[in-house]
Amino acid sequence: MGMGMTEKILARASGVDQVKPGDIAVVNVETAVLMDMTFLPESWRQILKVHDPKKVVIVFDHLVPAPTIQAATAHETGRAFAAQFGIERLHDVGPEQGICHAVVADRGYALPGTVLANGDSHTCAAGAFNCAARGVGGPDMLHAVTKGTTWFRVGETIRYDLTGKLQPGVSAKDIFLTIAGKWGAHVNQNVEYGGPGMATLSINARRTLATMGTELSSEFNIFEPDDTLLAYMRQRNPGAAIHPTMPDADARYADRRTIDLNTIEPLVALPDAVVNQSVGISEVAGRKIDQAFIGSCANGTLDDLAVAAKVVRGRKVAKGTRFIVTPGTQATYVAALKAGYIEALMDAGAVVTPATCGACWGGHMGTLGPNETCITASTRNFKGRMGDASAKIYMASPATVAASALAGHIASAAEFFQGDVA
Amino acid sequence: MSGSNTILRAGKTWKFGDNINTDLMLPGPYLTRSPEEQMRAVFMSNRPGWVDEVQHGDAIVGGFNYGMGSSRPAARSLRNCGVGFLLAETINGLFFRNAVNFGFLALECPGVSQAFEEGDTAELSVDDWTARNPRTGKTLKVTPVPDTLLSLMRGGGILPVLESEGLIAKHA
Repeated sequence: MGMGMTEKILARASGVDQVKPGDIAVVNVETAVLMDMTFLPESWRQILKVHDPKKVVIVFDHLVPAPTIQAATAHETGRAFAAQFGIERLHDVGPEQGICHAVVADRGYALPGTVLANGDSHTCAAGAFNCAARGVGGPDMLHAVTKGTTWFRVGETIRYDLTGKLQPGVSAKDIFLTIAGKWGAHVNQNVEYGGPGMATLSINARRTLATMGTELSSEFNIFEPDDTLLAYMRQRNPGAAIHPTMPDADARYADRRTIDLNTIEPLVALPDAVVNQSVGISEVAGRKIDQAFIGSCANGTLDDLAVAAKVVRGRKVAKGTRFIVTPGTQATYVAALKAGYIEALMDAGAVVTPATCGACWGGHMGTLGPNETCITASTRNFKGRMGDASAKIYMASPATVAASALAGHIASAAEFFQGDVA
Repeated sequence: MSGSNTILRAGKTWKFGDNINTDLMLPGPYLTRSPEEQMRAVFMSNRPGWVDEVQHGDAIVGGFNYGMGSSRPAARSLRNCGVGFLLAETINGLFFRNAVNFGFLALECPGVSQAFEEGDTAELSVDDWTARNPRTGKTLKVTPVPDTLLSLMRGGGILPVLESEGLIAKHA
């Protein structure tokens, strides 16, 4: 019996011919990403030996620019660690900084066919690059950095075959909300994407879908490699050793499901949980909002900012509504600036923040107060996620969030895409 | 551990439902606090006061997808609360990793949420991989984990191993 992409990549990384569900695979970590929370004084354990500094990436993202003395101390610890071991890929506050998963994407650090580990849960974002990537714990990162290895429990695989093409104004977030609403959690399962419709999704759209895989409670979320990916890798990380990995023709799947992209409609997740919460916009349209947010590793891409700008261009954010937009990286911020998206957003009344995990985790730059209501295009709408536990968080696509910011209540973005060609 | 007659007895089980997420065990505002402060915040929004009631050696019985959510060290907080072990229908992969990392025994046991009522005692054997409810006499199968992971969960987790190998500094 053949293997899926996840199994093939894990087998290769552990130097064996085959792995199967139930196995523990001890794998070589090609890329180990440390984010700033790793260096917080309360959790940092001084590393005495680094297996290979060239395989380590450090990104400051949750706490940037440092909002507290504690955060500033963590950054200083990270800088000293990078200097001590000669780690060159340090993304400090400045033009090369951003949310770790978005920096990994911008720079082409996630190498197809290899393993990437990171102490942040949304690491499966890098599955868009045909990379076996998933979030691990802080101690796992100490292990990966000092020994060069980690372990994974091999799960069953669910294969999604995409067909057709999304309608104008419908996005990868809506594909995710469809999967989360229809099939719910994928606990301990791998998710793999392919099929003829995959080619119609941009790299950024794939990133959104792969990132949200964390919220399915799945293990890995891996896209097939295609010409779009290979061209992207050549541009972003030329010369990198990549191993594009397709599934075997006779790969074993726990289930195989087809999604017709033509039929996907914009959806909204109801507050307090992500899966099994998806409803049509008409069910919640009109509910008043205090804040609208677009950002995070899931929706801070240039595509997301372009859609938001298109919706609000020449219009105004509703009085009494805060519209906060956070680009995924500073490089994305600059690209959006040059494309005119930032001007359109700010003319409409949006506040555009520096690249940070910020509001998504309730850290800073848009934390919610008691009993407030927010509609967000980010990763999670758990109870209390973005601030006070009494706040209600709806989750939707950037288009729906931008349209809601204009209306001051949950609203469809359909009118802004009428006449567009699919 | 294998070969020894190992039965763990929990004085009392505490039942929690499906999809218990990491943010409930370790709320975001406590992420930057000390482990001791984090321990005081466990289940503060869904079960306030629980940290004062739980006794050393008690067990948690969970439902499906226990520990869904973030990579934060929620398992460490449960260990620090004195919880002896956790049995759940299914355990989220990332939470399971942190259970291994921080030396907290967390195992999957299909049917456990039906077989135990809150307050029941529990007997867990990691020799024959069973969980027994002495009140009803019912015995369930526990999904085995490899010896390497079991040793870490029953020991101090991964940090003492890295310390002993000279890879990280000993805790100050």
